[in-house]
Amino acid sequence: MNIYVIMKRTFDTEEKIQIDSGEIVEDGAEFIINPYDEYAIEEAIQLRDEHGGEVTLVSVGDEEAEKQIRTGLAMGADKAVLIEDEDVENGDQFSTEAILAAYFKDQEADIILGGNIAVDGGSGQVGPRLAENLGINHVTSIVNIEIEDGKAKIERDVEGDQEFIEISLPLLVTAQQGLNEPRYPSLPGIMKAKKKPLETLDLDDLDLDEDEVEGKTNTVERYLPPEKEAGKILEGEIDDQVNELVSLLKNEAKVI
Amino acid sequence: MNFTWTDEQQMMQRMVRQFAEEKVAKAAEHMEKTDEFPRHIVKEMGDLGLMGIPIPEKYGGSEMDYSSYILAIHELSRVSAAVGVILSVHTSVGTNPILYFGTEEQKQKYLPKLASGQYLGAFALSEPGAGSDAAAMKTTAKKDGNDYILNGSKAWITSGGEADTYIVFAKTDPGAGSKGISAFILEKDTPGFYVLPKEKKMGLHGSNTTPLSFEDCRIPAENLLGNEGEGFKIAMANLNTGRIGIAAQSLGIAHGALDAAAAYAKERKQFGKPIGQMQGLAFKLADMATAFEAARLLTYRAADLVAKGLPAGKEASMAKMFASDAAMKITTEAIQVFGGYGYTKDYPVERFFRDAKVTQIYEGTNEIQRIVIGKHYLRD
Repeated sequence: MNIYVIMKRTFDTEEKIQIDSGEIVEDGAEFIINPYDEYAIEEAIQLRDEHGGEVTLVSVGDEEAEKQIRTGLAMGADKAVLIEDEDVENGDQFSTEAILAAYFKDQEADIILGGNIAVDGGSGQVGPRLAENLGINHVTSIVNIEIEDGKAKIERDVEGDQEFIEISLPLLVTAQQGLNEPRYPSLPGIMKAKKKPLETLDLDDLDLDEDEVEGKTNTVERYLPPEKEAGKILEGEIDDQVNELVSLLKNEAKVI
Repeated sequence: MNFTWTDEQQMMQRMVRQFAEEKVAKAAEHMEKTDEFPRHIVKEMGDLGLMGIPIPEKYGGSEMDYSSYILAIHELSRVSAAVGVILSVHTSVGTNPILYFGTEEQKQKYLPKLASGQYLGAFALSEPGAGSDAAAMKTTAKKDGNDYILNGSKAWITSGGEADTYIVFAKTDPGAGSKGISAFILEKDTPGFYVLPKEKKMGLHGSNTTPLSFEDCRIPAENLLGNEGEGFKIAMANLNTGRIGIAAQSLGIAHGALDAAAAYAKERKQFGKPIGQMQGLAFKLADMATAFEAARLLTYRAADLVAKGLPAGKEASMAKMFASDAAMKITTEAIQVFGGYGYTKDYPVERFFRDAKVTQIYEGTNEIQRIVIGKHYLRD
């Protein structure tokens, strides 16, 4: 099977986000593989080990993403492609998807896996858009997948409920938490990763113009959520407390 | 000078830290309560390639350099000093003597099992009456046909009863002092070899420390490590580098205590502001952080010398002594930062404090390290 994983380098989830003149400060921040993409990589490796074939990682980003790609290779993926998007102005989900579509139109993928969302942008757009553009089936937010005779049996998470789907390949799926437990890259895996092929492409290699993939959205403003304030503790007779609580919910929180 | 890690080392550090925080932290709580040996953690470390970090690939190891190995001990000990010492003893003195002094047959037979974690390695040098003065050992090994017959006892053996192989030292020529000591590879199921009940220690819960006893214990002559009489040389050579492992363990303990103290100082409020904003506390944390950084530099500098194949006896002793003293100081102050809470088992700093103490004692007491450093310094 030709197995592909689309993956993104993101901020470490433990990193404190800082904003300076409307831009997110990246200096000194730690970066990781988007956690949902890690599920996708793990599942891809398991599918390859069961059905044979190759796992190729594909990432759109700058050269810094090589570290996260190498980590994916250390986990056990076979090869990787980094498509550099530094020339893209105002890049957004549309840009990433358009670049990926240009790459995938020349590939014969049996299955493409990705994360349900990226923990930075959180749009969940790239996977489904790519599938639509390539004209293949897609299922988002999967928590289990089994492949047999060109068909996939999938369990997907529907806001806490399950949906069972049978669908034919080629297929794009996005991974939800619970799909698997991603392995740690072993030391032999880390040592092998630097020898695995990592191809770097740019827009020219994909016959794309910068204008074609310019972002369609416009960010108006970026700001941090208001700081959480300490909770209020009510005191006194229980009846008085209940009355005060109801009045606070009505007049201050305005929720009832 | 170069103070940067390679991409592989950075990847490894991230992996070990993640493994330590997600898996070892949970095991550490259980070990603390029950003093149970963490078999499953050893198995998982084997699967990740951590049980044979500096062992060549052809013997089933991960073939990373000595600094990478030290980095792993540091990161593991930041969460559990007991897991740190299990790995350190297994690698530095349980496996390395076979790599450096073993015959090709011995290497083929034992290294792949040790490097994969299928076997756990241990080291048996100390005796009840022979600690720092190793040459005073009483255990004897008498040649008898194709065997050696061992009689005597050993003390303070890390991973005793859990290990699969032991590097055992015994006198083949009792009249020849340190030149009469030989080293052997002992397998755990050898008749006449007994593991005695484990010590009840102040810290390092979950890491076994036991006495061993030998009663007409027959070891095949092919398990002699190096030549007869080379035992002391083998012990000293591996203890020298092994000390850097203990320096890294100390560093990990200090790191864990420092992180906990810093986080608490930012969070705990008294007189309307975080205690870390009081100058008295900030000065204390500054001293702790500086001691940690100095210990880190000494430790990785010593490791780098070993990685480059350069002599590191003096530097290893300095790193072990300084880092363990720093760990004791930092963990003591960390409890002070936590105040009364630090004195309870609800926070990890009292464990770091108890675990730190032994690093000043084992693999050469800090008094012995000072003697070693003094000798080197006056000779060089």
